[in-house]
Amino acid sequence: MSFTVPKELETELDELITHYPQKRSASLMFLHAIQEHFGFISPEAMEWTAKKLELQPINVYELVTFYPMFRTEKLGKYQIKVCRTLSCALGGSHALRDHFCQKLGLDSTKHEPQTTKDGKFTVEFVECLASCGTAPVVMINEDFHEGVSNQKADELLGRCK
Amino acid sequence: MSTTETKPAPPPVEKIKIKVDGREIEVPKMTPDWQGKMQPTTMLQACALANQDVPHYCYHPKLPIAGNCRMCLVEFGTPMIGPDRQPVKNEDGTPKIAKSVLPYEPSTPRGAIACATPISPGMEIYPSSPATKQMREAVLESLLINHPLDCPICDQAGECKLQEYSVDYGKATSRFVEEKEHKPKQVDLGPRIMLDDERCILCSRCVRFSKDIAGDDALGFASRGSRNFLTNFPGKKFDNNYTLNTVDICPVGALTSKDFRFQMRVWFLKESKSVCTSCATGCNIVIGSRENKVYRYEPRENDAVNSSWMCDAGRLNYKWINSEFRLTQIKGPKTEWSLALRDIAETLRKAPLGSVAMVASARQTNEELYLLKKLATKLNALTDSVPRTGEGDKLLVNADKNPNSNGAKLIGIAPAQMGSNLPKIAEGIHSGSIKTLIVFGEDVTKCGISADLLGKLSTLIVSDILPNKTTEAAHYVLPGCAHAEKRGSFVNTKGRVQRFMQNTQPKGNARAEWEFLHELVYDVTGQNGFVSIEGLFNQMAKEVPAFQGVTWAALGDLGVTINL
Repeated sequence: MSFTVPKELETELDELITHYPQKRSASLMFLHAIQEHFGFISPEAMEWTAKKLELQPINVYELVTFYPMFRTEKLGKYQIKVCRTLSCALGGSHALRDHFCQKLGLDSTKHEPQTTKDGKFTVEFVECLASCGTAPVVMINEDFHEGVSNQKADELLGRCK
Repeated sequence: MSTTETKPAPPPVEKIKIKVDGREIEVPKMTPDWQGKMQPTTMLQACALANQDVPHYCYHPKLPIAGNCRMCLVEFGTPMIGPDRQPVKNEDGTPKIAKSVLPYEPSTPRGAIACATPISPGMEIYPSSPATKQMREAVLESLLINHPLDCPICDQAGECKLQEYSVDYGKATSRFVEEKEHKPKQVDLGPRIMLDDERCILCSRCVRFSKDIAGDDALGFASRGSRNFLTNFPGKKFDNNYTLNTVDICPVGALTSKDFRFQMRVWFLKESKSVCTSCATGCNIVIGSRENKVYRYEPRENDAVNSSWMCDAGRLNYKWINSEFRLTQIKGPKTEWSLALRDIAETLRKAPLGSVAMVASARQTNEELYLLKKLATKLNALTDSVPRTGEGDKLLVNADKNPNSNGAKLIGIAPAQMGSNLPKIAEGIHSGSIKTLIVFGEDVTKCGISADLLGKLSTLIVSDILPNKTTEAAHYVLPGCAHAEKRGSFVNTKGRVQRFMQNTQPKGNARAEWEFLHELVYDVTGQNGFVSIEGLFNQMAKEVPAFQGVTWAALGDLGVTINL
């Protein structure tokens, strides 16, 4: 698979590098921008990034695999992030994730993000989404949903077209 | 004339007094770091000077300090300073020591990592205290949480730091009842390296070696927390000429050599100090063999030559020693050593002056070349060696692939331009002025003296290790020894004279060249010499100007530098 970066994105990224005293300091924002454009960061993208920032591919690989926010494979159109930190865990987030998985035919025993075969949904656990008073909370893409019961979950899924 | 390693006159060393386990010692304030730059002496170095080994995994004297394994934690204290900024004294007048403790829990000692903590005057280090022991036990227990218990099938067993420290500080049983974290196994990192991530303790020695010594930033840690694992970039092979050094410095069995793994348990190996023969750098090595079979080379530390490293090509260039095609018997009219040598001596004595030529290898030892030179002088023979050049690099590999080119030149076997006499020898044979040719350790058919030309000779005496076109054409073949099978010395590219020791026995009826050359020289010239390598070297050192003042004993394990 060849990796091509559109001209506008490359210009944007080149400009981004100039914000930092060293090229390598731009790594995180650089990768965010790539992920925003492509949806995930492929090995080719990592190599391209390393070249741009005058690093070795392994340096970028370490960074990308360190942060769960960086994705190394394509995720679903709707990313369902279920909070599992203490308040939500007490508020039933594990049962909620199981419910999502069951509804979408995913394996809830697996730890890592699960994507449906049609590429529409990805379900995963995340750490605190900062709304502990309204547990359990869920984010679907950029939208925030509080006090999600199984019934509300079904409703939310129904709204995802 | 000769010097040991040349160093600038040392400046007066500033020393400070500290106590290690209650014993006062004076240690230098500064110590060279991995690059040789002076840095404040660390607690670990100070403890070493006090003969107290502090256990460690990530620290390596030839690598930048990482301080991530925590194994070298020690309890320590510094002189207490009162509110008046004066040292507080005990009743007996000795300085009061404030032990390092947890700020919120002053009854609990707070250790510091000995590898990265500089010493200060009056400091007290307690590498044997119960608190230090407890810290080591805790660190070790945590390192073993996810480590597989596969020592019986692990190649590192017997030279594994995790194993050794487990004996010292480990528990007999594990308290860990959860499921161990599983990580990639049998990872094919590159053409010569196999990785087992479950055994890795994440010390990062290999990462630092690749980046800072080999200049190939190819390894790193992916993921995080207990899932952290060592890896290369997916699809990018770990393949530089120094990869196998990572196997040496890996304190556990995570990185293994594809060549050596599952071949031999390390405690069976007979190890001897030797020198690599693959190029003119002359890296110091340890040869490991069992039952007369060589299994591996490992680098041996020598700061004047190779630091602690060697190249992969040199390290793996040992298989020819074990070759089934090795020459093991004398070929010729007489097949017993004493008779054959007398026969050859007679032929040489009868040969008219100048009708003998000699091609000796720059892979031979100084002692052998010296004896050949004696023979050549007596016979007024034209001599030369065969140059061997390849690619060099900036680290250790030299473009000259002969281990003893300088020895051959200094002793006078090879002219300043090695190989320049070879056409003359070829021409001499062609014209018939050269009737007898002595060849040691070279296939002359590859350097301008064809097999047809060899056929014109009345006598061709060859000594070698493996058969080739020249040995095929020879009237006499005297089977010789690999460097692993004899003692001797080389002069490396920088003029370092280095000796090497015998590890295995000669194959079959073969003999070390210097032994039979000594007899041959006696038979031909009537001059008696020394029958020991020590005596022979010392005699050579007296006669060959470049070696003046050097003795076999003075060479020691690390060699001596002479002026070229």
